[in-house]
Amino acid sequence: MDWFFQQLINGLGLGAIYALIALGYTMVYGVLRFINFAHSDVLMLGAFTAFYIAPKIEKLSGSQSALGCIMVFILAAAVCAIIGMLIERLAYRPLRNRPKLTVLITAIGVSLLIEFTAQNEKVFGAAPQPFPQLLPEHALHWGALVVSSNDVLTVSVTTVLLVAMWWIVQKTRIGTAMRAVSYNQQAAYLMGVPVDRIISFTFGLGSALAAIAGVLYAIKAPGIEPLMGVQPGLRAFVAAVLGGIGNLPGAVLGGVLLGLLETFAGGISGLSNYRDAIAFGILILILLLKPAGLLGRSSVEKV
Amino acid sequence: MAFPGAKRWLLLGIALAILASYLSPQFNRYYLGVIIDVGIAIILATSLNLINGHTGQFSLGHAGFMAVGGFFSAWVSLHAGASVDAVWYFPLVLIAGGLLAAAVGLLVGVPSLRLRGDYLAIVTLGFGEIIRVVAQNTEAIGAASGLKGIPKLTNLGWTFGFAAISVYAISALVNSTYGRAFIAVHDDEIAAESNGIDTTRTKVIAFVTGAFFAGIAGGLYAHHKQFLSPTGFDWLKSIDIVVMVILGGMGRTAGVIAAAILLTLMPEFLREFSEYRMIIYALLIILLMLLRPAGLFAINLKRRRHS
Repeated sequence: MDWFFQQLINGLGLGAIYALIALGYTMVYGVLRFINFAHSDVLMLGAFTAFYIAPKIEKLSGSQSALGCIMVFILAAAVCAIIGMLIERLAYRPLRNRPKLTVLITAIGVSLLIEFTAQNEKVFGAAPQPFPQLLPEHALHWGALVVSSNDVLTVSVTTVLLVAMWWIVQKTRIGTAMRAVSYNQQAAYLMGVPVDRIISFTFGLGSALAAIAGVLYAIKAPGIEPLMGVQPGLRAFVAAVLGGIGNLPGAVLGGVLLGLLETFAGGISGLSNYRDAIAFGILILILLLKPAGLLGRSSVEKV
Repeated sequence: MAFPGAKRWLLLGIALAILASYLSPQFNRYYLGVIIDVGIAIILATSLNLINGHTGQFSLGHAGFMAVGGFFSAWVSLHAGASVDAVWYFPLVLIAGGLLAAAVGLLVGVPSLRLRGDYLAIVTLGFGEIIRVVAQNTEAIGAASGLKGIPKLTNLGWTFGFAAISVYAISALVNSTYGRAFIAVHDDEIAAESNGIDTTRTKVIAFVTGAFFAGIAGGLYAHHKQFLSPTGFDWLKSIDIVVMVILGGMGRTAGVIAAAILLTLMPEFLREFSEYRMIIYALLIILLMLLRPAGLFAINLKRRRHS
């Protein structure tokens, strides 16, 4: 029983990160109807931004302080929001009215460009680097269960951001515009919604979430390297599809489910070698059996 | 446009291949290796062109089928004993590898080809990765360390013989009455379906045929490099092939062959810049999509066709 609860806690910590990344995929899919392959690389850039600015922040605010940690998160999110908007402006916007396949191939190109530029020795280098400790880590004991303070941090940051996202999308003016663009881009444009600006904003928001997820992931991971985003990015994409792509609560549900599933599968010997295959297996099953996802509504294709 | 004198070209190609294989001992070993690489790339690119180009189904798992054919034929060669030396052995094992890859292609294609666009790309990528993960965990084919000491059976003759056959077979297929269905599915799936084309069947046929030739290419590759490792067939290998098809112009056989030659030779010429090779690749993809989505060799007059 303890084993079960321990895996449950570990799974939640992992699932929260997947949920954050999945939100970015889902929001971009909502407004543009395409999969932003470069999302996982924005996550990596977020982790590296934190890696480079953390020592400088530490000098200002003292070692491992809460204020410094918050500053690192905000700066990483801001830098990545700008990067995300730049990617959209330079690579995706010129292709807005082209066939979907063209945009998809471009997205793969952008992803490869970021990965291989980052791997170059003159940029970040391919070798893993130790991530600085932002906050002192404690192990909280609760009966026989051990909870890392990092997991508590991850889950609480994710919860706060989820509520914030829900509030932005449902309650604010710009959120209403995002939903309008997602529902019908042309009609929204005719109603005076600045479509380009909304899409840019969505990219910025999604990339900021990816950056925060990247920092949270880096805190837990043994080191950061240019391909660190690929695996969590792929899992988060599966999570977004699992929950129903374009659906915000679905992304969270999918992320948590996938995190739990992976942790439990990893705990069973023999299955752990197939972890990558499991994520893809779930994706394939979902797409074949319920392509709209768990919470999604299926749409009819118009001719 | 029909393929003018296709059969003549096929015969010429095979004759040249046989001639070249008799002369090959006199070539420099390094150049010989590169030329065989080019031949294998031509088979891979034309077979993917049938799926991605002619039929318009974006697949990101071609390296997976190559792995199936490669590992199967290599495993057979390592267990076949003396019969490896027989003349009939090599083409037979290549075709067997191709057939196995085609069978896997059928297994993958039937469920996934119901999906379109982005989803199909992701699912084929997923299947390609699953094939790799399975190879990595199968003891019989060496698990993560791969297969070593595969007999060197690939030569110029077999490589370009099979390259000529695959180019011919795929062109003939696309240009047949039956093959028009591929192009119809590419141009407009809904219109094709309402004209009585069984679109799923057409897509599956394209997929299985493409997988068959990828499997043959995998077999040639295995008996050329003499070493196979599952990590060599990850999705970057698939991207390599995709870039050849995009650069050549999807659905343009001659362009795709030219791109396969160009992209295989390019890294050999740019050895000293090898760390920038993938960066150049990525930039190439983005710029091509922004500026010349119909491929590098597309002629402007023809570009209006699919508007």
